Amino acid sequence: MSMTLHLPSICFAVLISVAADAAADDLDDVMHALAGRRHGEVSFVEQQFLSLLKKPVVSSGELIYDAPDRLQKRTLEPHPESLLLSGNVLTVERSHHSHVLELQSYPQVLPYIESIRATLAGDRTALERIFRLQFSGNLAHWTLVLVPLDAQIAKAVAEVRIEGAKSDLLEVQIRQADGDRSLMTLHAPVGQ
Amino acid sequence: MNARRARIIAPWLIGVAAAVWIVAQANYVTDLSAFLPAKPTPLQKQLVDQLRNGPASRLILIALEDDESQVRAHVSLGMAQRLRNDSEFSNVDNGEPVSAERDRDFLFQHRYLLSNAVTAQRFSAAGLRTAIEETIENLATSTGLMLKSLVPHDPTGEMLHIIDELARTQGPRTQNGVWVSADGARTLLVAQTAAAGSDTDAQERDLDAIRTAFRASVTATTGSAASAMQLRMSGPGVFAVAARAKIKRAATRLSVVSSLLVIGVLLSVYRSIAALILGLLPVATGALFGIAAVALGFGAVHGITLGFGITLIGESVDYSIYFFIQSLRRDALGSASGSWQRLFWPTIRLGMLTSVCGFASLLPSGFPGLAQLGLYSISGLIAAAMVTRFVLPVLLPPGFKIRDVTPLGEWLGRHRDSVRRFDGVAVAGAACALAIIALSVLYRQHATLWNRELSSLSPVSLRDQRYDATLRSDLGAANVLDLIIVGGPSLEAVLRGAERAKVPLQSLVDAGTIGEFDSPADYLPSLATQQNRRSSLPDRRVLQDNVRAAAAGLDLQADQLSPFIDDVEAARQGALVTVQDLHGTSLAAGFGALILHQSDHWNALLPLHAVNGAATPDIDVDRVTAALGAAHLQDTHVLDLKDQTDALYASYLQEAIRLSLCGFALILLLLLFALRSPLRVARVLAPLVLAVLAVAAGLAVCGQQLTILHLVGMLLIVAVGSNYALFFDDAGTKQRDETSPLTLASLGIANLSTVIGFGLLSFSQVPVLEALGETVAPGAFLALVFSAVLTSRPPPAAASADTADA
Repeated sequence: MSMTLHLPSICFAVLISVAADAAADDLDDVMHALAGRRHGEVSFVEQQFLSLLKKPVVSSGELIYDAPDRLQKRTLEPHPESLLLSGNVLTVERSHHSHVLELQSYPQVLPYIESIRATLAGDRTALERIFRLQFSGNLAHWTLVLVPLDAQIAKAVAEVRIEGAKSDLLEVQIRQADGDRSLMTLHAPVGQ
Repeated sequence: MNARRARIIAPWLIGVAAAVWIVAQANYVTDLSAFLPAKPTPLQKQLVDQLRNGPASRLILIALEDDESQVRAHVSLGMAQRLRNDSEFSNVDNGEPVSAERDRDFLFQHRYLLSNAVTAQRFSAAGLRTAIEETIENLATSTGLMLKSLVPHDPTGEMLHIIDELARTQGPRTQNGVWVSADGARTLLVAQTAAAGSDTDAQERDLDAIRTAFRASVTATTGSAASAMQLRMSGPGVFAVAARAKIKRAATRLSVVSSLLVIGVLLSVYRSIAALILGLLPVATGALFGIAAVALGFGAVHGITLGFGITLIGESVDYSIYFFIQSLRRDALGSASGSWQRLFWPTIRLGMLTSVCGFASLLPSGFPGLAQLGLYSISGLIAAAMVTRFVLPVLLPPGFKIRDVTPLGEWLGRHRDSVRRFDGVAVAGAACALAIIALSVLYRQHATLWNRELSSLSPVSLRDQRYDATLRSDLGAANVLDLIIVGGPSLEAVLRGAERAKVPLQSLVDAGTIGEFDSPADYLPSLATQQNRRSSLPDRRVLQDNVRAAAAGLDLQADQLSPFIDDVEAARQGALVTVQDLHGTSLAAGFGALILHQSDHWNALLPLHAVNGAATPDIDVDRVTAALGAAHLQDTHVLDLKDQTDALYASYLQEAIRLSLCGFALILLLLLFALRSPLRVARVLAPLVLAVLAVAAGLAVCGQQLTILHLVGMLLIVAVGSNYALFFDDAGTKQRDETSPLTLASLGIANLSTVIGFGLLSFSQVPVLEALGETVAPGAFLALVFSAVLTSRPPPAAASADTADA
């Protein structure tokens, strides 16, 4: 008697845990796939939608990743600029000036670049240090929403939304707290 | 007799008491100024100011080594916090953005007065359009999203422009939030002391404060004082403190050891404690009077002058040796032969006067260290000789006796005779040959004979100098050796001068002659410039129209820019920025480091950076000078600290050589007057000249470059050696058969004590002491040998040869 009474609740618990496991498994699969890539080069087009401006500003360039922790964002148009994150050091090069920053001294930069690098590295631990992760989809096509844990960072950036297929990133959307956003679309360069 | 004693002793005691009082009251300085000119030219004055009080002189570079970088970073933070609370330090930097927020507020609030892009043109409709277009393009970069909040207030990008200007010079790398060397092996801090770099006492206290802060931070971080972490410091103050300690240590140790040795020699000779104590009286009196004379004559005594006090012992101890030993001779011959005063005093007096002539040549030197040394030696020698002549005889206790040293004199005489058995012609020939060899060695090396760099006198080891250079390049610190100095009667005047110098300097940067330059006007523009910028801002109505016109056709909404219009209006109505406004920002320290203020004179300093990655870190100063000259700037000079100090030192050296030759001429005249025979003068001087030449050539052969202290050493050879030669000459001309064994013994013992004293100096690690030692010790010995061979009366058969040699 008592057994039958309890059965539905047990089934429910089992069901929930299976669903959660499925999502976790898929995230781990994606992370695993991403971690398997040692080197990647893609071109990007970035649009920034700012309430200040009547129409979005567009820039383009390429994104170069080398496992485990080197990510370079080279903007070619309209203003050449290079952003290199290697280990803990961010180097910004722009019109003959070069600035070297230490990432941890500038936490406000984290959502803009560490989000992408840690995802490319398939480093779930690194992501979870900074963001709350919401995963949906499966290995074939997935969406990862990263919400900053730090209140100070969250004041500027509401979320980073990364879409991908297997170990490829397709789109990175950064939504700021004030509603402005940037949308970066990634393409494998011609010939690859 | 007692009345006579009192008449002599009383003035002496009064003199000693007065000297003690003066010495106790005297002002002693230990800084670099002993090496700096007494009557400087304006440029030299700035050089002196720089070396003594300049910002570079107040920097202490601190490195933490070993242990993990995380731990080092913690210690760095702890140390910086402790030192920032210490008023002895005007600034402590370790890479922490301690005042980043205040810096940002300051720059943002005053951007329209601080940005050099602000002109009337920039705020016209066309100018605004160009500036806003550029800002929109900037938004398209990765940093755009972060910078966009600035745009409504600052659509022309003045804030970014100011930051770019200030960040032209790249600071060190940061790790764990603090500065580290490029390879990450060292954690770096820079402390600027409130006290001048020339205040060695304050610097020493500050170094102790840093050590204490280090220990406390290590304990706080690791929980125990025992740590692998090493604290290393460098900089002018560190060097000054280390040099002083080193000289003190060396001088103390060496004078103790040499005093003990000399005392041992004297005791074994005299076999009388009374004689030993009496014998030290002339030395002590001489040293006292020497210091007192310098204190009276110069107002302050340089530590280095005291250091040379040891050299005086060399000659003044001789006087008492001559007195005691030669007094024996009177006893032997009986009082009928005349007193010591009559027999020997004239010779000692002449020897003393010879030394005085030599040292007098140093008096007019522009090098305060040398001039003081001259006065010190002159007064010290005269005092020592007078005490020997007048005080010692009356102090001798009745029945005073020292051991008879005739056997020693006879032994020395036999050696002298064995040398003199050689044919006079052969001896003269050998002397000539030696002189020619020495002269040819000196001639062949004449280009490199003298070391013209002031650093040759520096007691800082090459290893420490290299470490200093490493830390400086780690810190990316400006090459503090090359700077532009703009002088003027007010802060405003020098800031305007600095702004005018910017144009030629920027063209030098563009041409690749220099890498970068710092300027106080980058932190705080002159009031005139600020006023210009302020008056170039249009009023609200005009600006509104211009913004509307500029935004037409642009992607920016004109109505978004009302904060900009408010801010410009506020700047137009607001006050100009003054030094007080800088307070509390990190810019205050940067600005303060580049401004020197002394009574009614102001200097702005613009340190030059070498081109990054250039093969040589040197800056082509001639080209900088030419560029500044072409710009016709008033009261603006290029100061190359190393070249200038070396040039200064070279000029001292040149002057000292010239003065020494004058001193030699003076000695020549004195001897001509006293001996009244050119032949005798030549016989007295020949061994001395030969000794000096031989020592100089010997040092040259050993690869030792000569410094100003070697020159002083040569003067000492002549001073000490002249006594030897005069005794031999005296014995010869007075038709006494031979130099008596007792005279020989006294010369031998005097020479031994001199060689011991100076020989020990040559083992010193302090270059100035070493130079003196390695010159005087062999020189004094050679002077005695050459005098014994050349000056003492040869057998009659060789008289003609002797004449030829002389």
